[in-house]
Amino acid sequence: MASSMLSLGSTSLLPREVNKDKLKLGTSGSNPFLKAKSFSRVTMTVAVKPSRFEGITMAPPDPILGVSEAFKADTNELKLNLGVGAYRTEELQPYVLNVVKKAENLMLERGDNKEYLPIEGLAAFNKATAELLFGAGHPVIKEQKVATIQGLSGTGSLRLAAALIERYFPGAKVLISAPTWGNHKNIFNDAKVPWSEYRYYDPKTIGLDFEGMIADIKEAPEGSFILLHGCAHNPTGIDPTPEQWVKIADVIQEKNHIPFFDVAYQGFASGSLDEDAASVRLFADRGMEFFVAQSYSKNLGLYAERIGAINVVCSSADAATRVKSQLKRIARPMYSNPPVHGARIVANVVGDAAMFGEWKAEMEMMAGRIKTVRQKLYDSLVSKDKSGKDWSFILKQIGMFSFTGLNKAQSDNMTNKWHVYMTKDGRISLAGLSLAKCEYLADAIIDSYHNALLYWETPIEL
Amino acid sequence: MDSVFSKVDRAPEDPILGVTVAYNNDPSPAKINLGVGAYRTEEGKPLVLDVVRRAEQQLVNDPSRVKEYIPIVGLADFNKLSAKLILGGDSPAIQESRVATIQCLSGTGSLRVGAEFLKKHYHQSVIYIPKPTWGNHPKVFNLAGLSVEYYRYYDPATRGLDFQGLLEDLGGAPSGAIVLLHACAHNPTGVDPTSEQWEQIRQLMRSKSLLPFFDSAYQGFASGSLDTDAHSVRTFVADGGECLIAQSYAKNMGLYGERVGALSIVCKSADVASKVESQVKLVVRPMYSSPPIHGASIVATILKSSEMYNDWTIELKGMADRIISMRKQLFEALQAKGTPGDWSHIIKQIGMFTFTGLNKEQVAFMTKEFHIYMTSDGRISMAGLSSKTVPHLVDAIHAAVTRVG
Repeated sequence: MASSMLSLGSTSLLPREVNKDKLKLGTSGSNPFLKAKSFSRVTMTVAVKPSRFEGITMAPPDPILGVSEAFKADTNELKLNLGVGAYRTEELQPYVLNVVKKAENLMLERGDNKEYLPIEGLAAFNKATAELLFGAGHPVIKEQKVATIQGLSGTGSLRLAAALIERYFPGAKVLISAPTWGNHKNIFNDAKVPWSEYRYYDPKTIGLDFEGMIADIKEAPEGSFILLHGCAHNPTGIDPTPEQWVKIADVIQEKNHIPFFDVAYQGFASGSLDEDAASVRLFADRGMEFFVAQSYSKNLGLYAERIGAINVVCSSADAATRVKSQLKRIARPMYSNPPVHGARIVANVVGDAAMFGEWKAEMEMMAGRIKTVRQKLYDSLVSKDKSGKDWSFILKQIGMFSFTGLNKAQSDNMTNKWHVYMTKDGRISLAGLSLAKCEYLADAIIDSYHNALLYWETPIEL
Repeated sequence: MDSVFSKVDRAPEDPILGVTVAYNNDPSPAKINLGVGAYRTEEGKPLVLDVVRRAEQQLVNDPSRVKEYIPIVGLADFNKLSAKLILGGDSPAIQESRVATIQCLSGTGSLRVGAEFLKKHYHQSVIYIPKPTWGNHPKVFNLAGLSVEYYRYYDPATRGLDFQGLLEDLGGAPSGAIVLLHACAHNPTGVDPTSEQWEQIRQLMRSKSLLPFFDSAYQGFASGSLDTDAHSVRTFVADGGECLIAQSYAKNMGLYGERVGALSIVCKSADVASKVESQVKLVVRPMYSSPPIHGASIVATILKSSEMYNDWTIELKGMADRIISMRKQLFEALQAKGTPGDWSHIIKQIGMFTFTGLNKEQVAFMTKEFHIYMTSDGRISMAGLSSKTVPHLVDAIHAAVTRVG
């Protein structure tokens, strides 16, 4: 067999001719090469075999990220992108915080090197992020009970935790809110961690189904993980009140469950870092053991830098050391060590009093803009809608998103008739809304809410 | 109350990265770090390439630059330029849109994403990896759910390639098995097949439908030439067959901590490539959503400017040349000292690492008595050596070889 092979003196095997034939004959279904006549003998041995990946089907576009892609393709000038949760200015432009630009310039001037970070990430970042979350003076910090490792923003941090759960809590389930961020279930599925839902959103009140939530948490097998949004619930914008948080903590302790916070909006929800960390700190104050995934995508506008952290609060410093070592063992075969750039930006901003102050001011500005837009949207809806529907849920919700209560057919009407891009669950990103567009959006929402079924004749999805 | 983490044991330090940890803790002024594979200058300092600094300055100065999420598959121009870099600008695979390229987190991330994709969509879940190989390889593949088998590679008797063993073991692999190939500068041995041997490997693999998965972490860094170091990959792709390629810019662009790399999946058709890409996105989204922008923007900036690209090739050759010269110096110094044994493998091997042939006991001795930090398999990073430190290393090797069994 070896003797019939041509030796490859050069790399050109008339590949263009060969492939032109391939293209002519088509590529799907029947083997295109059975009919072909003359090829160089080397390519023949490969060419007759179909692709090893022939059976692979086209995956559907990501439901959230796919919205932006559809928006880009739309040529209508009225179009509005309320899909992905990235902050926009009033001019609907992306925003790089001034303090971030300052930090990057500083880093360049200093000539920082690009050596590998340790597997657990930048030490200065890890210290800063845990202190931001719990407060620098908190006993869990002082007593070194928190295992913190830098992760790839919120997603990456959640995934590390999920892998730890799979390894050390075999069979344990994670309870996620109904609804929750679409990618949560993908993360647990790929990490092979079973999950189920707890009631959360009440479509009747467009508010929190608190009784349902408590009942479902109570009913879960002891030692389950309960995924909680620290603040600014995604996609609903509906958060428990401080009193409700206390009751949630009570029932979790009662059932020896393990809380698992997703904190993607600290500082971005209310404008205050401390206020937005209140739920997490409540649990830490109680001496509970729990997980917290953090992201700096929104509050520092570092979306593309992929900077976040997984924190595991343990009952002892020894446990924290052991847990940290196992998180490293999970990260190493995933990406070896995390990217340095975003971590340095955070460490520089938090580590300098002046920059930290500037950051807080910019964050208040971003959160403030969103609150103003909420108010204007509400005012527009109330003044334009004569049906008497109660739109106050918009003001009660918090953070980047609002759950409009629109169903799939109504959401489709928003897009198809009004060129308003949003996710099919009725979620709109207020961060993508300007004051100037509030009235247009109000018209779209009112029309979709009342008339969508008439236009599209699709049954209501409950 | 009992901790829920009471069953969580302390994991041992990563053996490779643990070497640097130990080195850092050593107060001796004579210490040398020949552990992790990061380039060092003649002065023993980390290096940020000049062209990288310029690219970064350009990026930071650009007022239109934003930090919005990049697509799940990464920056489009980075992906195109990376495919072009490894496959060659005239590659028909590229021209026919048969290559799905996805920006990933350096080599490790590219390997992991590729492995997860194969586990989900490929009919074979066994991967053959060379013995020895980079310590992290088996872990990456195991965690992706693939089972790992070894093929013979290093021959300790010749300190070269066990080519017969390699052919036998790959010949015995089940049809369709995945085979990990180091594109150049094999880590940890520095032993590469010749181009004739590569051709035989290619023929054998194609005849058994074995699926090549290239790990290309040293393109340009091994010989000093980007094209030469891509030769093995290009001959496989030129035969029209399919393969996976994990590329890293950690060494050749000195972008270690930025985590920049790319996974390319060369398919039989554009249609398949586009479906494959869509499925790879489903692997990435629940792992980290989308890759980091900074390092990839630096790479794209450099690769798309012919001036910067040229400057890069010069700096890259400078690094490769310094390593080659360290090899020469070490070899000549061992000869001059009369250290027993044949040390010619030092100059025959290629890339950042040399497999010295020293055993675990000898290595431990060198660490303890001479403060030489290296991995226990006898691997040394030539990038960590300088003209000043060669004599101390020679003393250490000489002592180890003559005093320790």
